[in-house]
Amino acid sequence: MGKISGSKMLLKCLREEGVEYIFGYPGGKVIPIYDSIYDEKKIKHILVRHEQCAAHAADGYARATGKTGVCMATSGPGGTNLITGIANAYMDSIPIVAITGQVSTIEIGTDSFQEADITGITSPITKHNYLVKNVKDLPATVKEAFYIASTGRPGPVLIDIPIDVQNALIDENIKAEINLPGYKPTIKGHLKQIKEAAVKIYNSSKPVIFAGGGVVSSGGNEELTEFARLSEIPVITSLLGKGSFPESDELSLMMAGMHGTKFANLALTEANLIIGIGVRFDDRVTGKLSEFAKHADIIHIDVDPAEIGKNVKVKIPIVGDAKNVLADLIKEYKTIRDEKGDASRQEWLKLVHKWKKDYPVSYFNNSHSLKPGYIIEKLHEIVKENAIICTEVGQNQMWAAQFFKCSKPRTFISSGGLGTMGFGFPSSIGAQFGCPDKMVFDIAGDGSIQMVSHEFATAVVNKLPIKIILLNNGNLGMVKQWQELFYKKRYSETIVRGCVDFVKLVEAYGGVGIRVKKKEEVEKAIKDAISIDNLVLIDFHIDPDENVFPMVAPGAPIKEMMVLGKEKK
Amino acid sequence: MNHIISVMVENKSGVLAKVAALFSRRGFNIESLAVGTTDDDKVSRITIVVNSDESSIEQITKQLHKLINVIKIQKLQPDYSVQRELVLIKINTENKSRAEILEISNIFRANVVDVTKGTIMLELTGNSSKISAFEELLKPYGIIEFVRTGMIACSRGKKS
Repeated sequence: MGKISGSKMLLKCLREEGVEYIFGYPGGKVIPIYDSIYDEKKIKHILVRHEQCAAHAADGYARATGKTGVCMATSGPGGTNLITGIANAYMDSIPIVAITGQVSTIEIGTDSFQEADITGITSPITKHNYLVKNVKDLPATVKEAFYIASTGRPGPVLIDIPIDVQNALIDENIKAEINLPGYKPTIKGHLKQIKEAAVKIYNSSKPVIFAGGGVVSSGGNEELTEFARLSEIPVITSLLGKGSFPESDELSLMMAGMHGTKFANLALTEANLIIGIGVRFDDRVTGKLSEFAKHADIIHIDVDPAEIGKNVKVKIPIVGDAKNVLADLIKEYKTIRDEKGDASRQEWLKLVHKWKKDYPVSYFNNSHSLKPGYIIEKLHEIVKENAIICTEVGQNQMWAAQFFKCSKPRTFISSGGLGTMGFGFPSSIGAQFGCPDKMVFDIAGDGSIQMVSHEFATAVVNKLPIKIILLNNGNLGMVKQWQELFYKKRYSETIVRGCVDFVKLVEAYGGVGIRVKKKEEVEKAIKDAISIDNLVLIDFHIDPDENVFPMVAPGAPIKEMMVLGKEKK
Repeated sequence: MNHIISVMVENKSGVLAKVAALFSRRGFNIESLAVGTTDDDKVSRITIVVNSDESSIEQITKQLHKLINVIKIQKLQPDYSVQRELVLIKINTENKSRAEILEISNIFRANVVDVTKGTIMLELTGNSSKISAFEELLKPYGIIEFVRTGMIACSRGKKS
């Protein structure tokens, strides 16, 4: 039997897991792996310009495709640069496997050059991590890592491989077996609980569904849509739940929370039953917790039992994967409905539709200034549901969430839990690799994009025709908005006007830049960008005073929303 | 209120650190902790005493379950389990107090494990209150060192 090196074995294991891309950056303690990558035929390595973006790209790839993303970095600073990306994936439950090099096993603990305790550092932000001290453990470790990352509540797993383990020889045909006695995620919901929930839902006069990222990651969007239409219950989503239910549907109340729609927040407040599916009742959605859903019983469906009862009191807990539980719930609900007829909740639906009409998401559509809402509505009009939208974090993200109506899962990619500026563009790189036939857009702000503009090189080198919709207001807008509203307009370090020519910047990397200052130019610019087979950045000079409304003030109940004021002339 | 959690984990390096880190990250305080191997050399048992309310203890247990290396968790009820701690106490005997100390240790069924000219070392096992009572009685003689293990506990009856 032939023997191969640990690094060759690593690639063999990754091939067996179906890995297509590794987003990474070489360094001293991964040279053996990169030497093996030199001969690799099947897996493509994508060289990023900063390790953090390798993790974000793997994350974007995973969100767009549903497969596990892979990133790689060297020991020490390579690993520590991955951390923001790993934490981001952890907060949003995204399956990625991060592979880091490590100093040799005999040097571990001696503070040797480029040594960092990356398993120690990433323990709180990974679902699990491994330090592989013996090459014979490597195949099983890789297998387990992919299994853990992608099952149950998904999340990032890190594998730290010392350089001597990469070089050590191992029997090529060694059998890898998963041995995880403590890991058995519950996928099927408890039928008794589901039956109880179906009865409760049927009898409820004012129910709402609150759907989150768990519906998207379980692939349960069709079941959700079927269930909502069957039971005629309005659907609210979290930011990560966007795409789990078509936002063009009559029953959709779009996103709830701090910058959600007023009608979603009102529905959550007035409902007497909330069916939470794959959500974690995060503080951005609940607002003041003691005032949240005071009149409602809560049914909580989640694959992670630790989420149930963590933030809100739950009447009927159901542990299970959203897709499976919804399929069972549909069956149970149908049985009841077939026996008793449609549930009567017309009054509630009428009220919800009235709210929807009374409080639309809007902006002042005038001729003298360029509004972000207008740009995103135009973008939606042009690309419809045939694009993947990635966002940065801040005002740009909230405008994207408010004005881009999503109808398919895995088409709205945004950093939810961690709120990572600089996530959008590298994630769009991962998404474009994962979905080469789709148009990929990054809705960005001028603050966020400057954190990752070096990745323009990665996009251009790899001929990725990503389009950046830059909502340039010369502000670190979301913080500036808070300063305006809650800190007496003391704009500390948030006005960053006029220092970068973004058109020239993207051109320096070999991409195409278009500048837009007038409303009339918006449509043409977007259409032109789409027709160009290259990285395009459209630098939209938007109204610098435009803020994100509606808004729930921090610590306030979600029904109390600050809305769009009078238009300034 | 004090809760006793018995956690069976895979006997691998780094597992204790993960368990302990989870407590600090989620803001829970560990009152006492004891770790040892079991009859299966692939499995270790960590006995943790934690002071918290009922809903927090539920959250702790759920979070512990999420650690991949955690195999099983048992919440031990004080009335349906046996709890023990071990203590080694070194006491000053310079002031001719040895006889009195021996008398107290006989009552508590403590063992003498070391004697020198000016000191005596006692060993005692028992539950927390017995050990605390013993400590109180010996304090006046001058405790030089007091070394106490974390609590270990085992459920009564057939259940494991």
